[in-house]
Amino acid sequence: MSAEPEKPRDDRPPKIRMRGVEKRFGPKEVLTGVDLDVRPQESVVVIGGSGSGKSVLLKCILGLLTPEAGEIEIDGKPVTHVTGREREAVNAKIGMLFQNAALFDSLPVWENVAFGLIQGQRMKRAAAKEIAIQKLADVGLGPDVGELSPAELSGGMRKRVGLARAIAGDPDIIFFDEPTTGLDPIMGHIIDDLIVHCVRQVGATAVSITHDMPSARRISDRMAMLYKGKIIWTGETAKIDESGNDYVDQFIHGAAEGPIRMELRKL
Amino acid sequence: MNPIRPIGRAFLGFLEATGRLVLFALVGVSHCVRPPIYPRLILRQMIDIGYYSLPVVGLTTLFAGMVLALQSYTGFARFSAEGAIPSVVVLSITRELSPVLAGLMIAGRIGAAMAAELGTMRVTEQIDALETLSTNPYKYLVAPRLIAGVSMMPLLVLVGDVMGVFGGYVVSVYKLGFNAQTYIVNTWNFVEAMDIVSGLVKAAVFGFLVALMGCYHGYMSRGGAQGVGAATTNAVVSASILILIFNYLITEMFFAQ
Repeated sequence: MSAEPEKPRDDRPPKIRMRGVEKRFGPKEVLTGVDLDVRPQESVVVIGGSGSGKSVLLKCILGLLTPEAGEIEIDGKPVTHVTGREREAVNAKIGMLFQNAALFDSLPVWENVAFGLIQGQRMKRAAAKEIAIQKLADVGLGPDVGELSPAELSGGMRKRVGLARAIAGDPDIIFFDEPTTGLDPIMGHIIDDLIVHCVRQVGATAVSITHDMPSARRISDRMAMLYKGKIIWTGETAKIDESGNDYVDQFIHGAAEGPIRMELRKL
Repeated sequence: MNPIRPIGRAFLGFLEATGRLVLFALVGVSHCVRPPIYPRLILRQMIDIGYYSLPVVGLTTLFAGMVLALQSYTGFARFSAEGAIPSVVVLSITRELSPVLAGLMIAGRIGAAMAAELGTMRVTEQIDALETLSTNPYKYLVAPRLIAGVSMMPLLVLVGDVMGVFGGYVVSVYKLGFNAQTYIVNTWNFVEAMDIVSGLVKAAVFGFLVALMGCYHGYMSRGGAQGVGAATTNAVVSASILILIFNYLITEMFFAQ
């Protein structure tokens, strides 16, 4: 079950580097030594079952959770224990699309999109609104949507607005947390295409977590599988069907039989 | 099993919770005085707490003053001491009833709303989203509410003082047959600056406590709708209890001989 040695795609230093990252909640060990490299401008999808620690992994990189052990570097700088203004500076380079978009209910759509520009970058509201309208157009939404409240949007529109907010500051790195969860297959496909388009347009590095395999295949250059708190396989998306890893094979085919056992509580 | 163990565990849990609350309060207060400050958010909270609470506080203290005059009369009439009613009303209202009743009403109205709003933001990842957008949630969510709570409560209590005394005046003059001018003169002569100041100090402290408990329980809420519901209840209950405890402590500080 050990991770295969990762062949570097190029000589550039990794944009994100994780080594031996461990995270536990009380007695429950969620991450037990994650090693992962994400190179500039590549799109990596971390796959894994529910409860495998994918969201925790993402929150550790974002600084929303602090690992007990290990090191996380962004652009070669350690960010594991960075807080306050330094963390704000790191996060200024990052965009994030949350699972349920996490739009601010109290603000209109355009202000949600422009939030990072107004509050984080201290941009004038009028200038930020112009950018917000442009970003909404990039994700296929008209300027009239900007005046709506998030409560008036459908699930697909919320994801689009979340995506517009994630790319509003032209970030270096964009994280996607289950980008297609809760959407019908067609809308899921549309969101995937938008993600690929926007990531290329901005020229960003993308890290996504999902257990939706069709979506993962569409948006990734490379995949990594997380199982029991460790990355057990990484490789190019095109080669995942020939991974030779029983865990990966079971997961991508959604087979009930295999080395992965669902932990069910006994009745 | 050692019977002391659960007691020890409960005590350590209490210390841990207290430490967490104190730390939360210190971080929140420190963000009130460090830039950037968000005037727009502070103003919105001030309007929510100050302006929209005026009817609730005004009505509560008005009827408290009316009842106080009526009850005092039934008691004092036995000793022919009806003349003390204006002083009893003004002292009770300014020192105790106006700040405590306003505090409890604001705990129910504002503390609950703060806990529900921040709790919902927590469980829908909006607070996480703030952090990823380079915005400190303490500065953006907690500090404006603390500032608005501390600054608006004294103003509400001032209004409550006026309404409470007016309630006593209405009952005394129009129901109990007091002379209007004598009632006002007696009230004015008896009340001292310290009576009003102590009530305003209480109000500022209560405003801080209500905002703090609302923000703390909302910010720390976990576990979906049930967690938000529990946070709302805890915010109101803990703020109400703290108001009563601090009311005694501040009274002791101002008036103990």
